[in-house]
Amino acid sequence: MAGHVFHPGHQELHGVTVVLETHGSKTYVGRFDSQDERGVHLHDVGVHDAGTPGLSKEEFLKRCDKFGIRPEHRDLTVPTGEVARIGRLVDHVR
Amino acid sequence: MPYNPALVAPMRQEMTIMGARELTSAADVDSALGDQRGTMLVFVNSVCGCAAGNARPALRLALQHAVKPAEVVTVFAGQDVEATSRARQYFAEYQPSSPSIALLKDGEVVQFVHRHQIEGRSPQAIAADLTAAFDRHFAATV
Repeated sequence: MAGHVFHPGHQELHGVTVVLETHGSKTYVGRFDSQDERGVHLHDVGVHDAGTPGLSKEEFLKRCDKFGIRPEHRDLTVPTGEVARIGRLVDHVR
Repeated sequence: MPYNPALVAPMRQEMTIMGARELTSAADVDSALGDQRGTMLVFVNSVCGCAAGNARPALRLALQHAVKPAEVVTVFAGQDVEATSRARQYFAEYQPSSPSIALLKDGEVVQFVHRHQIEGRSPQAIAADLTAAFDRHFAATV
């Protein structure tokens, strides 16, 4: 089964762990499922809110890289209007 | 819900052919990890072709390296649910993902390779990271 893709026909980022930055204070890290007119659909999503005390966004992303993502949402749709950028987690931390 | 066993059989076989021992129950996991000594690699298998489809051949490549773990065991996420859940209890603060790879030394996780560090990468690139980790953590002990 080497190299076998179980779910062909999906968008390029399908199944990839991404960092979704919003126009607001929140950054989401989760597994990209798809994007449609409703927004971006993610699974197993961790959340960083720059508006609350705690780790900086960079520290949060480094922690996600080392220890994995502590999901706050099993499934989450981020409305299209809130999405500023989407990139792979590995590209954010290297 | 687990996939049809016939569908995942080749994915299991890919692991056992390279010498990995399957842990299919919590008792199996406790027996292997409960008082673990020396070096061990735990591969959390997955049906996901995006990541596991490259992780398995990557591990096969990495295990050809001179320095490698003394034992390789595997649990299958989504298939052997009880065994996978129990294995994850041994991974301390590392969050579950699949596929993923834990390197253990004397019962301690010394490095954890998460799904996001596997997905979208070639088997050769993943194997290079693994062999570097073997050298870093296991060189003096094998």
